[in-house]
Amino acid sequence: MEFSSILFYVFGFCFVASSAMLVIARNTLKAAMLLILSFFSVASLWLLLEAEFLAITLILVYVGAVMVLFLFVIKMLNIDQSTIRAKFTTYLPLGIFVSMVVIAQMALVLSAGQFDLETVEEPARHIAGYSNITELASDLYTTYVYPFELAAVLLLIAIISAITLVHRKESRSKRQNISEQVSVQASDRVRLASISSTKTKKPK
Amino acid sequence: MIALSDYLILSAIVFCIGLAGIFINRTNIIMLLMCVELILAAVNTNFIAFSYYSSDVAGQIFVFFILTVAAAEVAIGLAILTLMYRNRGSIDVDVTNSLKG
Repeated sequence: MEFSSILFYVFGFCFVASSAMLVIARNTLKAAMLLILSFFSVASLWLLLEAEFLAITLILVYVGAVMVLFLFVIKMLNIDQSTIRAKFTTYLPLGIFVSMVVIAQMALVLSAGQFDLETVEEPARHIAGYSNITELASDLYTTYVYPFELAAVLLLIAIISAITLVHRKESRSKRQNISEQVSVQASDRVRLASISSTKTKKPK
Repeated sequence: MIALSDYLILSAIVFCIGLAGIFINRTNIIMLLMCVELILAAVNTNFIAFSYYSSDVAGQIFVFFILTVAAAEVAIGLAILTLMYRNRGSIDVDVTNSLKG
């Protein structure tokens, strides 16, 4: 058995095992950690498939940013695990049934020999100086430049909407209201009170 | 040698695990989001395997865009989750049934 085959089975096993433990995890925090493990395994699989840039991106963006966001939310919200877990077994039969049906459908497609998937030749490995990023970028900035710009706009929209969703107006804020300041009248600020003159107490 | 179908079978298995996870963890939105991430990882593996075996980089570019959209989705999803927790004090899906749908 080749070394790359051993790597495929090791990382594939890690991927499947961590995913299976994720979906039955009792603790949300533990599930997030298992998701990080499965991201690492799938990134290793992508490295085997010579998609180096995407593998590194998955680790940097997903493990570095998205999972940290998940962990922040999990730790910030005080979630009562027991009430959530009480309904755990209610949907278990349905879930197993649906996934079995999907597995059967996919097995029918993948194993029927309809598409000659087994006979697809593995392409030759690239030479040592080959740069995956160069190849990806030369396509991304020419053929797919408009989708690339759209993706950037999409991320901007996501930032703005996420901030506007969770932003709360600060009640003790000392922000200026310019229009109120300009349109202020003297009567708003100065109150002339007519006070009758009284005898002042002598200081003791 | 690892054939293309091996990668497809692997990602099909993980896809089904993620799908089952959506049904099992139906009440916990954070778990739902994580299962969606799992499903996306499985689908992306399919794309990259096809891209490698057909020596075409377009599949990797598609995965790049999927990663972008998924990151935006998670950011907005978690923002909505935080809002929901703030307004309801719970992230249980069954509590948020004010639309009676």
